[in-house]
Amino acid sequence: MKAPRDSYTLFLLPGALAFLAVVVVPFLMNTGLGFTDWQGVGSPHWSGLANYRQLAHDSEFWASFRHSLFMVVAMAVVPTALGLVLAAALTDYVGKHFGTRLASILRACFYLPQVLPVAVAGIVWSWILAPDDGTLNALLKAVGLGSWQQDWLGDPDLALYTVMGVLVWVQLGFPLVVFMAGLGRIDPQLYEAAELDGAGWWRRFAHITLPGIRPEIYVVLTWCTIAALKVFGAVYVLTKGGPGGATDVPSYFSFTTFFEKTQVGYGAAISTVLTVIILALALIGLKLQSRAEEA
Amino acid sequence: MTALRRYPVLIALCLAALFMIVPFAIVVVNAVKSPAEYSQHGPLSLPHGLYTKGLTDFWQRVDYGQKLLNSVLISGSVALLATVLSVLNAYAIGIGRVRGRTWVLAFFVLANMLPQEALVYPLYYLSKQAGLYDTRLSVIIVFTVLHSAFGTYLLSSVLGQFPREIIEAARIDGAGTWQVLWRIVVPVSRPTLGVLLVFFFIWTWNEFLLPLVMLVSNDNQTVSVALGVLQGQRLMDATMTNAAALLGVLPAVVFFLVFQRTLTRGIAAGAVK
Repeated sequence: MKAPRDSYTLFLLPGALAFLAVVVVPFLMNTGLGFTDWQGVGSPHWSGLANYRQLAHDSEFWASFRHSLFMVVAMAVVPTALGLVLAAALTDYVGKHFGTRLASILRACFYLPQVLPVAVAGIVWSWILAPDDGTLNALLKAVGLGSWQQDWLGDPDLALYTVMGVLVWVQLGFPLVVFMAGLGRIDPQLYEAAELDGAGWWRRFAHITLPGIRPEIYVVLTWCTIAALKVFGAVYVLTKGGPGGATDVPSYFSFTTFFEKTQVGYGAAISTVLTVIILALALIGLKLQSRAEEA
Repeated sequence: MTALRRYPVLIALCLAALFMIVPFAIVVVNAVKSPAEYSQHGPLSLPHGLYTKGLTDFWQRVDYGQKLLNSVLISGSVALLATVLSVLNAYAIGIGRVRGRTWVLAFFVLANMLPQEALVYPLYYLSKQAGLYDTRLSVIIVFTVLHSAFGTYLLSSVLGQFPREIIEAARIDGAGTWQVLWRIVVPVSRPTLGVLLVFFFIWTWNEFLLPLVMLVSNDNQTVSVALGVLQGQRLMDATMTNAAALLGVLPAVVFFLVFQRTLTRGIAAGAVK
């Protein structure tokens, strides 16, 4: 006695209706609004591609996307690279020679910033990085490097790099945990055999570790790149896009366009561009991942 | 010899780990310093006594108890509702194998990747029209749906490998689809559901953009939004800032200590599926 397939379709009904109301309709509305000139009151005027033409010449918009590339470095490239080395070192060195307990304690230290609300991370760091009595400047002075003191978040030439540094701190734990879990899948005998054959740490890393967790590397890179393009809270709390737009990113730019400048049509166009880029990257990432898993 | 070579690596790793947690330590140290002590000795000195007035002042000033209650209420409801919605979806996809399930699943994956910026204005507008603007319910509904996209994705692949014999046997005994779901599938998948509950709770707790837009009145704000807005206004002195940071960090650290295993295991499971 088998249940007819259709009887299961009913279970999708609540989810489908909820998605229609919360995701599909708002998403279509937003896409549509991108083609209008609307201040949020009255009825929207159709303006065709005017917003997109304006975007093409908007230096603020291009700057925000350029900053996104820096965010990708800070949230995807650096954490993935560091995460790989740390995961390999914790598993292969610390776990093997000093016990898995120590390895998991160290892993916990690296992971801790990940569970923090980004608003709280922002409070902690903007205080540490404060220009006058900030901890970092006080520390530099205490060790005799007083000339290195900076207005870390207030200097337009420096602020973007400072925000990047904070984001590396926030993000590092995620790749580390995923990679360590992936390494757990690799047969330890492979390492032992390689060691007996005289392979050094670097060769074991390049020939066993990296190929072994290739699917994880693609997943982490995809997820972190998408997260980097969406970054909002950290910018809001640390710099509000400043000084002088030096740390503005697309999501913050669309937020201010929506709610401070109340140019809803223009904000919708910005977020539509952002969505297209993210979905394209997501598709590439998923494709690479499925290829890596087949290989 | 090899042992000698190992220690520098270990020491470097420990230093790096220390660097990760030092910000937490200096926040704790400075949250219990009096403003006078702070201005005299700066952020690096150890506190001379336990000064708790900064903490209590901050608590009262932002009505932190109310914020905690809001966060718990919103995150708890989302965790529960999003898990239920994920189970219903994944049951149809993973076990029911409904027609077009690959497309349904692809839809959920893409919905999960969608930037909230592409939804935020219409959600703001629609919630105003529906009379839900500035209510905790609006945030609960939105995150229940958004997070269940991930839950559906993860659970569908778990349920896709569910032993069919158990389900067939139950059906022969006369159980309907509903009974199979609640009596068999849900109890057996309890570990995965636990992971989802923990994740949804923490994600919702940490969410910033949508709650910032949706919850404007003080009484409805979550911990994250209240602290983020305060920080944005830069009205606080150093002691107050540290009190805020400490009170913001504490719940996160408590979750972390309680759910460390679930979190690390869940992240890995979620990533590789």
